[in-house]
Amino acid sequence: MPVFWLALIVLALAAIGYVTGRARALSSGGGNIRNLHSLPAYYGWHVALMVLVPAFAIMVVWLLVQPVMVNGSVSGGLPEGAVAEDTTLDLVMSDVRRVAEGLDAAVASGGMTPEEAQSSTIDLDGLRDRLGAVGVALGSEVSPEILNAAQSYRGLTATGRFWMTLVVLLAAIGGFVFAMRRTRADFRARNVVESGIRALLLGAASIAILTTIGIVLSLVFNTIEFFRLYPAADFFFGLTWSPSFGGGSELGILPLLWGTFYISLIALAVAVPIGLFAAIYLSEYAGPKVRAVAKPLLEVLAGIPTIVYGLFALLTVGPLLLGIFGDEGLGWMQAGTAVMTAGVVMGIMLIPFVSSLSDDIINAVPQAMRDGSYGLGATRSETIRQVVLPAALPGIVGAILLAASRAIGETMIVVLGAGAAARLSLNPFDAMTTVTAKIVSQLTGDADFASPEALVAFALGMTLFIVTLGLNVLALYIVRKYREQYE
Amino acid sequence: MYDAVNTEQSVQQTETKISARNVQVYYGDTHAIKDVDVDIADKTVTAFIGPSGCGKSTFLRCLNRMNDTIDICRVEGRIELDGEDIYDPKVDPVQLRAKVGMVFQKPNPFPKSIYDNIAYGPRIHGMARNKAELDEIVERALRRGAIWDEVKDRLDAPGTGLSGGQQQRLCIARAVATEPEVLLMDEPCSALDPIATAQVEELIDELRQNYSVVIVTHSMQQAARVSQKTAFFHLGNLVEFGDTSQIFTNPEDPRTESYITGRIG
Repeated sequence: MPVFWLALIVLALAAIGYVTGRARALSSGGGNIRNLHSLPAYYGWHVALMVLVPAFAIMVVWLLVQPVMVNGSVSGGLPEGAVAEDTTLDLVMSDVRRVAEGLDAAVASGGMTPEEAQSSTIDLDGLRDRLGAVGVALGSEVSPEILNAAQSYRGLTATGRFWMTLVVLLAAIGGFVFAMRRTRADFRARNVVESGIRALLLGAASIAILTTIGIVLSLVFNTIEFFRLYPAADFFFGLTWSPSFGGGSELGILPLLWGTFYISLIALAVAVPIGLFAAIYLSEYAGPKVRAVAKPLLEVLAGIPTIVYGLFALLTVGPLLLGIFGDEGLGWMQAGTAVMTAGVVMGIMLIPFVSSLSDDIINAVPQAMRDGSYGLGATRSETIRQVVLPAALPGIVGAILLAASRAIGETMIVVLGAGAAARLSLNPFDAMTTVTAKIVSQLTGDADFASPEALVAFALGMTLFIVTLGLNVLALYIVRKYREQYE
Repeated sequence: MYDAVNTEQSVQQTETKISARNVQVYYGDTHAIKDVDVDIADKTVTAFIGPSGCGKSTFLRCLNRMNDTIDICRVEGRIELDGEDIYDPKVDPVQLRAKVGMVFQKPNPFPKSIYDNIAYGPRIHGMARNKAELDEIVERALRRGAIWDEVKDRLDAPGTGLSGGQQQRLCIARAVATEPEVLLMDEPCSALDPIATAQVEELIDELRQNYSVVIVTHSMQQAARVSQKTAFFHLGNLVEFGDTSQIFTNPEDPRTESYITGRIG
């Protein structure tokens, strides 16, 4: 039975459980809600949860585990000669899975009877074409070993599916019966539902955390793989970045880190003063009407996709800067793509981050502070400079660091605005590139995925991850440490 | 009960420092202060008493134009400081507030060191030519705030680390440091324990030698103890204004009597 129908059946059972559980509780309370421990709906939810949770838990685990088991069993059953010299077990197994898929598709479309699909006398010569006709293209003719493995793969999968359906249905029914038997007037259904909700929330939180761990682990393993192929010292201290896909690349991260750092620095130099001053204006000077219009407008900037900023850099800011600093002007700039172009545009992108966060933080400074200062005869700007900003400083620093980690992670603006040349230079009008832009170009090439030229992307990603993580941790630490100062 | 009303009550008639005539205050559509006329004498402690929401704090904040910082607040009428209208467009509210200092209900030290808290006003107004002079001003202010002995060894410590009573005395010292002519106090003891309250009250009595002090208070005993003049506000009206001894022993208006004997409030 397909998983979809199985899930639907379990859901239907849960819905029935809700209704009957509620009704049973009501009747056991003599029809009077006040005789029940909990509101009737809680009894219904209790039954529904008892149906859903175990059944779906079993289903999820089964769906995750079954392919692994089947794979192991089938690949263990492959004869010695099935894995040829120039290939690997993984590739053969993916062939097996594709043939199995093709047989499934053929049976589903009616081009093959189920018996024929499982029979050993199936005609091998026409098989490739017949599978191609139902949309599964194969790279070569199907060998008997592979067909055999595919058939046993199908068989095991079908058996697994059957047992899964059975177990899941049994679990759902078992849960139903168990919950119905517990449903009496004095049963504390409300507390059971409460712990069910708690588990749901916990589950959501752990999925987020587990995903993060998974991402980090995949980065770590690929990074380790990279360092096996390429010396770590050359990676971290190399001054040249010149990957060549034929081998013999120099993969020094320093030019990329420098480019990242330089562009982020220019971006922050643009975003921090403008953003901060805008925040001060909005929170301290602007009237309620101006604020109601200006703040959302400023935040619209944050909603523009970065690729649009990239276009803006490429088509507007680059040529503009070139007109001033290029050959016709000061002669410092060769082309529109430069650190300056990307930095300025990225700074514009970051303004709403800095201003929005700073605005909230400045507003959180108690009015009593300002009153105290005004009461001593200070002007607005004196009050802001000497009382409000020092009180809000930890938060503002936190906001700036968050903006910095965004700047470091930004890609599209760099790709379009700063060029692709990895270079160590002090001239902000040179083209440079950043870590993120190079990760993209290393992974989108034709390189073999096991080569250092492709794996370096993971090492770059890991480095970037650690840098931004460090910045975020620092930002949180600063914000927490100094937060209570004025409370 | 009012035995603190002692010989100090016999105030010599001094000149009027602040005179308010026909003052109206509106918060949006709410008429918060109605037709208030009051004369605040120099070198005298004037107490504003009245139930919560009667407008005494609002009126106090009119005297140094602190209400300007509230967008929806509108003040009408005439308030004169030394004969000059403080709501005249020519008057700079910032200058005015340097002359009419304010201490707030909740201690609000700045997140700076104790020294910088006190030096804040003098620095803004350029009252010291050099560090030595500033040190002197800070020490004098802290002494007058009756907190010098407690903090002299830790002037670099943050002002926010002091206890509530110390913080309030620090705020008073901060207000005193700018050498104001009038000191407005908005329930300065409401967040303090009795011992700290007694210290602050003692301080107020000393400040009377040099300043005109206006204090808003919810404590009738406190008003009786520290003030020479008392104004009773009710529902935005100034009901009665006169010598403290008179208000507390022989009020003219029945509402005043009801309030001070605890029947309304």
